[in-house]
Amino acid sequence: MPVIMYREAIRDALAEEMRRDPRVFVMGEDVAIYGGAYSATQGLVQEFGETRVRDTAISEMAITGAAVGAAMAGMRPVAEIMYVDFMTLAMDQFVNQAAKNRYMFGGKTTVPMVLRTEGGAGRCIAAHHSQSLEAWFVHAPGIFVVMPATPYDAKGLLKTCIRDDNPILFIEHKMLYNNKGEVPSEEYLIPLGKAAVRREGDDVTIASYSRMALRAEEAGKKLAEEGISAEVIDLRCLKPLDIDCILDSVKKTGRLVLASEAYKDGNFVCDVAMKVMESAFDYLDAPIERVCAANCPVPMSPVLEDEAIPRTDKIVAAARRTLGKA
Amino acid sequence: MQKVREVKRKKPEAAPANGDLTAEFKIGLLRRMMEIRAFEDKVFELLGRNILQGASHVYAGQEAVAVGACSAITDRDYVTSTHRGHGHCLALGADLKLMMAELCGKATGYCKGRGGSMHIADVSKRNLGATGIVGGNIPVGTGAGLACKLQNKDSVVLCFFGDGASNEGTFHESLNMAGKWVLPVVYICENNLYGMSVAFSRACAIGDVCARAAGYAMPGLKVDGQKVLEVRAAVLEAAERARQGKGPTLIEAMTYRYRGHSRSDPRVYRTKEEEAYWHDRDPIVLFKADLVNEGVLTEEAFAALQGEVDKAIAAAEKFAVEESPYPNPSEVMDDVYVGWVEGPKGLVRIEEKKG
Repeated sequence: MPVIMYREAIRDALAEEMRRDPRVFVMGEDVAIYGGAYSATQGLVQEFGETRVRDTAISEMAITGAAVGAAMAGMRPVAEIMYVDFMTLAMDQFVNQAAKNRYMFGGKTTVPMVLRTEGGAGRCIAAHHSQSLEAWFVHAPGIFVVMPATPYDAKGLLKTCIRDDNPILFIEHKMLYNNKGEVPSEEYLIPLGKAAVRREGDDVTIASYSRMALRAEEAGKKLAEEGISAEVIDLRCLKPLDIDCILDSVKKTGRLVLASEAYKDGNFVCDVAMKVMESAFDYLDAPIERVCAANCPVPMSPVLEDEAIPRTDKIVAAARRTLGKA
Repeated sequence: MQKVREVKRKKPEAAPANGDLTAEFKIGLLRRMMEIRAFEDKVFELLGRNILQGASHVYAGQEAVAVGACSAITDRDYVTSTHRGHGHCLALGADLKLMMAELCGKATGYCKGRGGSMHIADVSKRNLGATGIVGGNIPVGTGAGLACKLQNKDSVVLCFFGDGASNEGTFHESLNMAGKWVLPVVYICENNLYGMSVAFSRACAIGDVCARAAGYAMPGLKVDGQKVLEVRAAVLEAAERARQGKGPTLIEAMTYRYRGHSRSDPRVYRTKEEEAYWHDRDPIVLFKADLVNEGVLTEEAFAALQGEVDKAIAAAEKFAVEESPYPNPSEVMDDVYVGWVEGPKGLVRIEEKKG
């Protein structure tokens, strides 16, 4: 099976969907000639031209809102917001217009748009370019939030998102773009709302997503060396969420660690913990642990950044705690 | 391979020029304005009696803008509306009964009672909706214009907003985008002099919204928003320009809202003299006088027309208030998503729930 990079998987998904459906077009800052700030749209303008691959002004509200209007008028826009931190500038258009138009207008319209963005820390680019803000969007009814960790998932999920009739925030991770993974050359789609079990185990469940899903896998390996059998789940989609996958695992292991790169307070995983409590309280043998980013703006210094963001050893330590091992 | 939706028909007819309007068409314009006025007066009355809940920003006084502008487009064009959006919806031919039912939160309303006054839309009439966010639809209208252009259609978008919205960031970003990309959008600023209570002259660094057009490489013009045919002529020209691929236009229509911003507004920020001045320039009175002078309308015919309008409003009230049921509470989660619905543990695919 061919091995390609995460950013190539994104580009291939876009290219395939643009070839398949002339309603699909791409717009955003630096997406055409430059090929995207993280090179995820490289080569698209050469194949599809500037009509369908559109460099925009630095205008996040207009990019997002234009995607809403174009979607309602029959197109399938894939708009890019360079950093999830900049979604603050696009918030009204996405959360008030894209998310709510279908419901407010009595189900008589659809807003089939994908907003691609990326988040996460790891590049020492500090508080305005390193956040993980997915919880804000999971909070808002009417939109889906998808956060792939592997090239395979990035491609299969992005293609599904482009074909879906709901507005979707597709959050990539800046530290994953050069990661390589096997991606089939034949077409495939990954359904929304299906988590992936990365490692099977009986002692403790570790559920995570995006870059932290990879660290959860590492943690699973380390725990295995200590004789602890961890089941590792990559949620892939935060909304719709595959809660059954988590519940089934927790019913088996009785223990749950949730890992997220977002700030600890108001983190999306708090909601997952609540859902587990509602549906599987009797199966829990230990308090649920969460491993999240520190409640401080993401700092620049590599030492501080590393401290603020969950490391593999912190996930391992949390798993041990659920088993009563220090 | 799916095809971009193409409209396969002979070149659709353009809206007729002002000079070619029949007496029937002109009386139709007058009637539309009268319907909006009567509808809004009824809305205000129902609000006062607490029969109608929530907020309603009524359009009375501004009728010539919506009616003039919407009469200049065809059924292949789009409209985006504002938080004061009843007039646009009615000007596009919305049914008075379904409108009133929506404002009353009834199941029979255009949006099944989910949108109400501030989110009124008849999507089938290509109205992409009203919005509760000032300036919120300027990017959306711009995007609809982008869609028309990408689809190689000669459709245009009328993007309504108020003077208050012209000071929002969405205005700048959107008009810049439309100017640069030469999009077929007619931006119509309804300058009713106040953003809630703050006079435009107290809020804006320059005196005219239309002057800002120069910054976006598009023509900007000011029209008398109390004169329905003047608005219509300006929008016809701008729409034709857009259809020919020459890009957007910014039209500033000077107008006035008779009521306060909302029901609770005592209007302390403006004078009785100012209100009297604008009532003397009432768009319905002005157009009626024109039609009488032209010999197209008699006082008797006008009175008969008013009777018909009043009857239609009474029927709409009866339909909405007495005859229409409220939505079933079990429908509260419908249409949040396409294909998914909330179950006890979260979202599930609709087919799974049924299966």
